[in-house]
Order: sequence, then structure tokens, then C-alpha cells
Amino acid sequence: MSVPLLRLEGVTVTFDGVAVLDGIDLDVRDGEFVALVGPSGCGKTTLLNVCSGWLPPSAGNVHRPGRLRMVFQQDGLFPWLTVAENILLGLRQVPDRGQRRQRADALLDLIGLREFAGTYPHQLSGGMRQRVELARALAGETPLLLMDEPFSSLDYLARLKMRWELARILRQQPRTVILVTHDIEEAAQLADRVLVLSERPARVSDEVVLDMPRPRDPTHPTVVNAVHRILSVLGLEATVDRGTALTPTVATAPGRDT
Amino acid sequence: MTHSASKIGAVLLALGTPALIVVVWAVVSSAQLFPPSLFPHPWDVARGVWVELRSGRLVNDAIASLFRVSAGFLLAVILGVPAGLILGHSAGARAAFLPLVNFFRSLSPLAWIPFAILWLGIGDPPAIFLIFMSAFFPIVVSTTAAVAGIPSVFFRVARDLGIRGPELLSAVTLPAIAPQVITTLRVAAGLSWLVVVAAEMIAGRDGLGFAVWDARNGLRIDLLAAAMLVIGVIGAALDRLLVQLTRIPSVRWGYDR
Repeated sequence: MSVPLLRLEGVTVTFDGVAVLDGIDLDVRDGEFVALVGPSGCGKTTLLNVCSGWLPPSAGNVHRPGRLRMVFQQDGLFPWLTVAENILLGLRQVPDRGQRRQRADALLDLIGLREFAGTYPHQLSGGMRQRVELARALAGETPLLLMDEPFSSLDYLARLKMRWELARILRQQPRTVILVTHDIEEAAQLADRVLVLSERPARVSDEVVLDMPRPRDPTHPTVVNAVHRILSVLGLEATVDRGTALTPTVATAPGRDT
Repeated sequence: MTHSASKIGAVLLALGTPALIVVVWAVVSSAQLFPPSLFPHPWDVARGVWVELRSGRLVNDAIASLFRVSAGFLLAVILGVPAGLILGHSAGARAAFLPLVNFFRSLSPLAWIPFAILWLGIGDPPAIFLIFMSAFFPIVVSTTAAVAGIPSVFFRVARDLGIRGPELLSAVTLPAIAPQVITTLRVAAGLSWLVVVAAEMIAGRDGLGFAVWDARNGLRIDLLAAAMLVIGVIGAALDRLLVQLTRIPSVRWGYDR
């Protein structure tokens, strides 16, 4: 197995004496898609901020590649720049102006928004904005992409569509991805590995490996089984019988079953 | 088609209401409901504007006032926006200076008139000083708030993209605050135009404020109203001019929500 692209060793983060992350170990291999899920407020985003270098850990070590790009929840696009200008800004590392133009056009084609090149972000729908964010992050051509709940501000159908889009785009432009999400279905549909975090202080309470090519249908048994398992780890489902997991089970509150 | 038709309608309405008021004014004035020495006829006012324009006095007064407003306002922008940038970025600077700024902002610039005359005499300097005092503090406060309110995600994106140092100012901070600052500039310019009249009434030998005071002293209520008319028209025109800034495509996001 190759050297991990990103490695966290015993990462602990405390804010004003309150432990948010408690000794997290994580290896992310080159080309892997890792999703982090967990109850809200458990420290998922904090963990991602440690990965990006925005937040130094209180204890532990982080080894990360020199360059990475992050995709934010919403409105990370500069509203004073057009779609094309935002993407061109993402191509800053390309010295040649003509080449920048060319690559920006290619990225616009990739996300299917060529005709919106001169449009400003506030004139686009939420899904279109997220596609532009994605293109701007891809433009950096960094091996590692961090995504902080990138689709959480979209409605359910738009979110489903964006998952297909992301799977398609990653097929054409492979990257190592760490995705933070509260959407378990999204994690199961996209990730090679889902890490389930516990309540604060966050620890990795389970690791679900999904060995199946993307794109995956949200109703595929592998995806559904993964969702069942994650839900039960989070204590949101009473029992998981792998054999009958395809039949809907009625969720009961933990500790209520007799 | 309907769009342009409604636009024409809007223009007609915008011209129609003032015209209606002038007609009512003329009728009231002709009926002599009030003594003519206290209530000028619009015709006399129009003639007053014409005579004063031809003599060049009104033009000179308007130029004098506009010069003072431009000088005081520009000075306030040149010093106020950078001051707001510093206060917006530094919590320490805010703690040290914001109470002071709020104190001076709450102090009517007109209260400075006696000191302005004592220190700077009569003419351009006291008027420019008073306009500066009325525009500077609102600009500082609003720029500070705008900078402090920039979503932190913009700076995180900038960091990811490798934007740092002076480029951060030109590529992120300034465009991010532009819509709010433009709105403040409009308010501050309007305030400056109000203050210049008061300043010139007391500390001037020319200017539209002085024209008002001079007409009052000469009991020329036709010229008094004429000066008021010109002050209002120029003030409205100044605002229309500054509104053009909001049409810049890269600031539209701040108004189109």
C-alpha cells in the first residue's frame, strides 16, 4: 500500500478546555474518497479544519500534502466576480494567461455551465453555484480536495443530482476527497470509506468500507446496508439484521426496546 | 414594449407631481391667500432664477458650494475609508477608537460652526472643515461595520487560493465592502450637501447658503426661494450621480438580494 496522502496521528482539539476531538487517527490513501459523518456538533468540521491546516491541533500530528483546496458549504464563491472570473482565480497557479483561459473553458464545459461564464453567482441557483465552487476547487489541481457539507444547502432532488455530478466529475478528474456531511445516504453513495464519529469529544466509532464503483444508486443494497449500519452505530436504529436489511425496519429510540 | 411603456409612464409621473405642485402654488399665490411679501409667486421665483443665472451669481454660488462639498467629502473618503479598514480588521483599534468615533458622529457638525470660524475664519476653509466633520465619522463607522461583517469564508478561500498581503485588500476586502461603502457615500454626500448650506449661511461670503442668507437679509423672498430651488435640484442630481456607482456589475450582488 502506498504512503498515505494525509495522515492524522492522535489529533486532539480542545476549545476553552472543552475537548472536541479526542485522539483521532486517520490515514487517507491517494485516490481514496473518505466521508466523515456524525451527530451535528460532534466536531466533523473541526476535524476537516485540522486536515486543511486552518486549525492547528492541540495535540497530535498532521501530515498533509503541500497544497489542497476546500469546497465550502455555501457562498464561498466571490460574489463580485463572474463564474468565469471565479474559476480563473482558481487557476492562479497557471502562469500563462492563454492557458488559464483554455482550462477555465474546459472546466466550464465539465460542469456544463459554459453559457453562464459571464453570470454572477447571485444570479445562479444553489446547485449551479456548488458546481462552480467545485470547478474552482478542481482548478487548483491539488491532489487533495476537502469538502465541508458541500450540498447541504440544496434541496433533496438537487442534492441527488449533485452526487451524480460529483461522481461523474471525479471519474474525469480523479482526486483524493475528504467529505464532511450529515447526510448518511450521501456518504454511503459517494465514499469508499465512511468514518462514523461519536458525540463530542469525537472519536471514530465505526468505519464502513464500500467496495463498489461510483456512481451508485441510493437504493442499491450495498448503499442501503451501509446506511443501516451507520444509523445503528449512531444509535438511530434499534437492530440491524444484515439478512433482512432490505426490508424497511422501524426505527426506535435507543434503550426503548424491551 | 410594455416595459418601455411603463418606463415612460414613470417619467411622466415623476414630472407630473412637481408640475402639479407648482400649479397649486401658483393658484394659492395668485389668490393672495398669504401676503405676497411672505409667499412668492412661482413666476417671480422663475424670473429670479433666470436673472441670477444670467448675472452669473447663481452659477458662482453653486460652483463655490460644490467645490467645498467635493473637497470636504473627498477628504473624508480618503481618510475615512482607510480608518474604517483598520478599525474593521483590528479589535484593539475598535476598542480604542470606536467610542470616540461614535461620540463625534453624534455631535452635530453645526455645533462646530463657532470653532470653525474662530480657527479658520470665513470662506472655504471653515466650510470644508464642517463638511469633513459631517461626512468622516459616518464613513468610518460604516466601513468598520462592513469590514467586520465580511464572511470569514472569503478569507479562507483566499488563503486556499494563495491570495495574501496587499492583494488580499484589493482582491477580497475592498470588493467585499464596496456595496455597503457606496451606500454610505450616498448618505454622507447628502449630509455634506445639507451642511454646506448651513456653513455658508454663517461663515460664507459666497455659495448657495450665503445666497439664501443674503436674499433673506435683502427681503428678496423670490431670490430666497430661487436659491432653495437650486439647492434642492443640485442635491438630488448629486445623489443621482452617486447612484450610478451602484450600477457597476461587480457590486450588483450587494443590492440584488
